[in-house]
Amino acid sequence: MTPVFYLLAALTLAGGLAAVLLKHLVHCALAVTVAFAGLALLFLQLDAQFAGFAQILVYIGAVAILIVFAILLTRGSELPKDGVFSRTWFVGLVIAAGVFAVLGWAVLESVSAIPEQSAVPQVTVHDIGVALVGRYVLPLEIVALLLTAATIGAVIVAMHEKVRPK
Amino acid sequence: MAASSFFVDLDQIFIILRDWIVGFLPVALRPAAGVVLSVIAIVAVFPGLFALTTVFERKGLARIQNRLGPNRVGPFGFFQPIADGIKSLTKEDIVPFSANAAVHFLAPLVLVVTVFMGFAVLPMGRNMVLVDMDAGLLFFFAMGAATELSVFMAGWSSRNKYSLLGAMRAVAQMISYEVVLLLSSVAVVMISGSLSLPKIVAAQNQYTGWFPHWYIFTPWGLAGFIMYAIAATAETNRSPFDLPEGESELVAGYHTEYSGFKFALFFLGEYLAMFSISGLGTTLFLGGWSAPLSLLTWVPSWIWFFGKMMMSIFVFIWMRGTLPRLRQDQLMNFAWKFALPFTLLNLMVTALWRFMGEGWARWVVCTAILAVAYVVMARVGSREEHFGRRSYRYAE
Repeated sequence: MTPVFYLLAALTLAGGLAAVLLKHLVHCALAVTVAFAGLALLFLQLDAQFAGFAQILVYIGAVAILIVFAILLTRGSELPKDGVFSRTWFVGLVIAAGVFAVLGWAVLESVSAIPEQSAVPQVTVHDIGVALVGRYVLPLEIVALLLTAATIGAVIVAMHEKVRPK
Repeated sequence: MAASSFFVDLDQIFIILRDWIVGFLPVALRPAAGVVLSVIAIVAVFPGLFALTTVFERKGLARIQNRLGPNRVGPFGFFQPIADGIKSLTKEDIVPFSANAAVHFLAPLVLVVTVFMGFAVLPMGRNMVLVDMDAGLLFFFAMGAATELSVFMAGWSSRNKYSLLGAMRAVAQMISYEVVLLLSSVAVVMISGSLSLPKIVAAQNQYTGWFPHWYIFTPWGLAGFIMYAIAATAETNRSPFDLPEGESELVAGYHTEYSGFKFALFFLGEYLAMFSISGLGTTLFLGGWSAPLSLLTWVPSWIWFFGKMMMSIFVFIWMRGTLPRLRQDQLMNFAWKFALPFTLLNLMVTALWRFMGEGWARWVVCTAILAVAYVVMARVGSREEHFGRRSYRYAE
């Protein structure tokens, strides 16, 4: 736990909190981007270059842009008059706490499941590639199939809108 | 013998210079000082090139359009960038009343910072790379993706319909062509087996007889390079893909509401993006800093890198003076219906090239597949577009 870690953690948390607490939707989207960037830097601080850069490429380059596009195309960038905070925020809090508890439990369990590793593992992009098309090829293909299905679904949804006004 | 060592020294002159300066400092500070010096060099050299390029571009465009171009400041107008720089520094910085001030302020900074980061992984000569990352190519594209956000921030925060339209066009275009850009680079990664840019250059820095092993001299490399060049032009919003800044429709696109130094930063960011994407294309397909003939390896490596990069910039300017602007639907159709399928096919062909082994058979097979696919796709695509004699409504 170095000072760098605390700085990055503070940045990420600030971004995440701002994303929830800010009133303007586009500001929230930009704050989420800050949180994504903080996470990417955390990966880099752990010497996980591939994960860090993939995080930037996918989350800042694609997901954040997608969120912003969705906000603009749905006219959601105008401020609603009766506030932006849902009345059932505590349900969200409970769900978030539940997810966090499960994740934390899984991480803490994995510490005892994997024997002590003193040295920092040297994982190159090459190793990740070999693992992806070797040992983890089935999950990779399943994800690819899922994404293709999602893309086709999105196209069908978009096409339906176009055909309607005949 | 003395002559050859002189050329070796000239090749490494910047490294030697850096080590000499760093040598004056205490040992503990040396690594950090070396990095700082390299960063200063990058931050000084590329804006200098930017200033040169603006005047060359204006002169070149003027030559294409049969004009004189800037010719008042200094000899042949070559001090024009200095005048432009002073002008943009002294102009009033206008922020629109209803603009989102914080985002409006951050957008040009995010653009310039992320574009500068891309230079960190480009090998600009033998041993001349700031950070030799294992995932250098991925880093470059990650930084490129972050610039898209700054374009959106600029367009949205200005609260101007032209800015917003320009930003939406720019982001849509950049997302579409980024896929092509990435996939055409993946072909190089498949052959060289590395995401590290110095390793990719090293793989191309070999010679058969006189001729180098640049990837552009293979069928898949040529196809990949053409796709890369098209996508790079679109990614940097250059003509003929300059719809986001189409001045006849959108004033100036996403930086309409910027003035003074912030506008200059956008201008700088766009040109730096051009430099970095040309530098990456040079590294991936044109052999980076390696010499074009084995006879010429004595010429310092950085001359080759910067020479190839400036040649690409020249082609950018040439295209800007020659080609008309595309329409939005043509742009999107071209990206998704031609460029993307062709790049995917090129990936298959690259895999075939990789596994067919040495010999002439793979040259014939790969060239044939790509040529047939190109012709068929172009024919089918142009049939759908109904090209024919242009019809006028009132003029005939």
